[in-house]
Amino acid sequence: MAYLTTHPDVVPVISFRFGKGAADIDRYLELDGYKSVRKCFEMEPDAIINEVKTSGLRGRGGAGFPAGMKWSFVPKESAKPKYILVNGDESEPGTCKDRLIFEHDPHSVIEGVLIAGLAVGAKMGFIYLRGEYRFLIEIMEKAVADAYQRGFLGKGIFGTKHDFEIVVQTGAGAYEVGEESALMESLEGKRGVPRIRPPFPAVAGLYGGPTIINNAETIATVPHIFRIGAKEYAALGTERNGGTRLFCLSGHLEKPGVYELPMGYNLKKMIYEVGGGIPNGKKLKAVVPGGSSTPVLLPEEIDIGMDFDQVAKAGSMLGSGGVVVLDETVCMVEFALRTIKFYQHESCGWCIPCREGTDWLKKSLTRLHMGGAVDKDIDQIKYIADNMLGRTFCPLGDAAAMPTAAFVKKFRKEFEDHLNGKGCPYHPAPDYELATV
Amino acid sequence: MAAENTTIFSPQLAARFDRLVTLYPVKRSALVPMLLYAQDEIGYISDAVVAEVAQRIGITELDVRNVVSYYSLMRTKPVGKYHVQVCTNISCMLRGGNELLHHCSQRLGIGHKQTTPDGLFSLEEVECIGACSWAPAVQVNYDYHENLTPESMDKVLDQYRAKASK
Ligand SMILES: Cc1cc2nc3c(=O)[nH]c(=O)nc-3n(C[C@H](O)[C@H](O)[C@H](O)COP(=O)(O)O)c2cc1C
Ligand code: SF4
Ligand code: FES
Repeated sequence: MAYLTTHPDVVPVISFRFGKGAADIDRYLELDGYKSVRKCFEMEPDAIINEVKTSGLRGRGGAGFPAGMKWSFVPKESAKPKYILVNGDESEPGTCKDRLIFEHDPHSVIEGVLIAGLAVGAKMGFIYLRGEYRFLIEIMEKAVADAYQRGFLGKGIFGTKHDFEIVVQTGAGAYEVGEESALMESLEGKRGVPRIRPPFPAVAGLYGGPTIINNAETIATVPHIFRIGAKEYAALGTERNGGTRLFCLSGHLEKPGVYELPMGYNLKKMIYEVGGGIPNGKKLKAVVPGGSSTPVLLPEEIDIGMDFDQVAKAGSMLGSGGVVVLDETVCMVEFALRTIKFYQHESCGWCIPCREGTDWLKKSLTRLHMGGAVDKDIDQIKYIADNMLGRTFCPLGDAAAMPTAAFVKKFRKEFEDHLNGKGCPYHPAPDYELATV
Repeated sequence: MAAENTTIFSPQLAARFDRLVTLYPVKRSALVPMLLYAQDEIGYISDAVVAEVAQRIGITELDVRNVVSYYSLMRTKPVGKYHVQVCTNISCMLRGGNELLHHCSQRLGIGHKQTTPDGLFSLEEVECIGACSWAPAVQVNYDYHENLTPESMDKVLDQYRAKASK
């Protein structure tokens, strides 16, 4: 069982029930479970949405879109049924936080879906987990079955006139399915190829009905907002970035782990104090602040608050909360290559800039790393990345291009050091085939 | 719906599938879970699986195959009894994921997407499995093994070997 890691600066809001056996429905109820949704039955839908707006909660899936605002885009009247879709695909490298929620507090996801349903007038929700998370799907399915059994789901929930159904869905291995429109395609039994927008899901989404798609952490946070109060929640974070979030610290750290910290928490402190600093007396070389798709930061750029706006100002993104720390021994060409291999593998192949671009980038970076690259390869990488940006149907193309461009820009000298005809000058060539994925 | 006597699945799984198609506004939403659960029982997505799933959902076999080819957990050939999936993505790479893959390859005497002659183990290099803070990580079938070293990996493999011989 994976646990949240502790540190004196941790503020347990989402994680307040972690490690307390709250996957059990009685335990969840003892720990103030299903009280927030009961409060919401007494509220007008607009009042619920306003509370979420007041909380300053922004999407934890990557883009940081204000949750309350997203909910307000759903039309009041709709000929087609409305849906709530929870995104638990969690596949952005460096990200491993939603799984703790599914494991330790599955009912908070259900309660969040119910509140979202009341707010927008939906009667059905889907909780989609990546297929690899089979043990969590089982936990989630049991929680849903228990909620049905208690009358918290089904017909006339909590003795009210409201009906609500929830289905837990398994994915089957595809990063791109985490993209919201591809997620809907997958749930409709198709290949995970995105849809053109507009129309946006809030207007025409799943089965053509208005659909709210939120990350699992975003949804699980909602009941806590009603538990502690929207203003109080907002006050834990920074301006326009309410509350706390789960940060996944990984890579070269003494104490990697998932920590719940206030929005705006200083990145340098996160690395050196919370994460215990770099092991073996090594120096920090770089930080990928929000999952593999976010541009790399240099050590002199990390004295910033970890909220969406401050990280954007520093030229990167807060993304999914996956902070990946690299010490001085890492070859940035190799790191860039491993990153692009992932995007090349996961590209759905629909648009040419992404399908071909990721492949060209992989080939150029492979030449640099293995030997045989020529001068113009470096500019070529930048040229390809620049031409992918903003020219694709979904943001996966950007997610591949942005970090690659940043690696070249910030570590150009290292890339040039690879032009010796022999490949990587830092690491002896591995005696086995490099990553074949 | 497939009549009971014509299904290739166990009675439990067939019953589960009968129910699965009723859960959604459209039947086809059951496709991805049905294929994966079928694979769990049969070992891979065989032609017979494709045929029965197509029939249960009411779509063509080609529609089913198109979906199968998209998802990386779905396979059309058998793998070992214990399918060892080593993550080498960034967080794992930084903490020895590549070395772990190499180690598994040496220990098992097989490469990426190969199976041992006794059919016990197969090996695959995979993308991030959502265990980055506990890297390097390996998934054997659906079970997670985290914070691994080559030594602890050997123990993991031994456990599975012992389990198989019981
Ligand atoms: C390629 C790609 C992969 C994504 N993967 C995920 C994911 O695994 N989980 C997630 O919540 N959001 C993911 N997103 C973001 C979703 O498209 C969507 O913005 C998000 O689920 C909305 O929820 P939020 O507003 O609560 O963050 C991904 C986006 C892209 C472009
Ligand atoms: S950007 Fe890539 S993943 Fe997105 S639609 Fe285009 S090809 Fe598919
Ligand atoms: S990078 Fe290996 S589990 Fe995420």
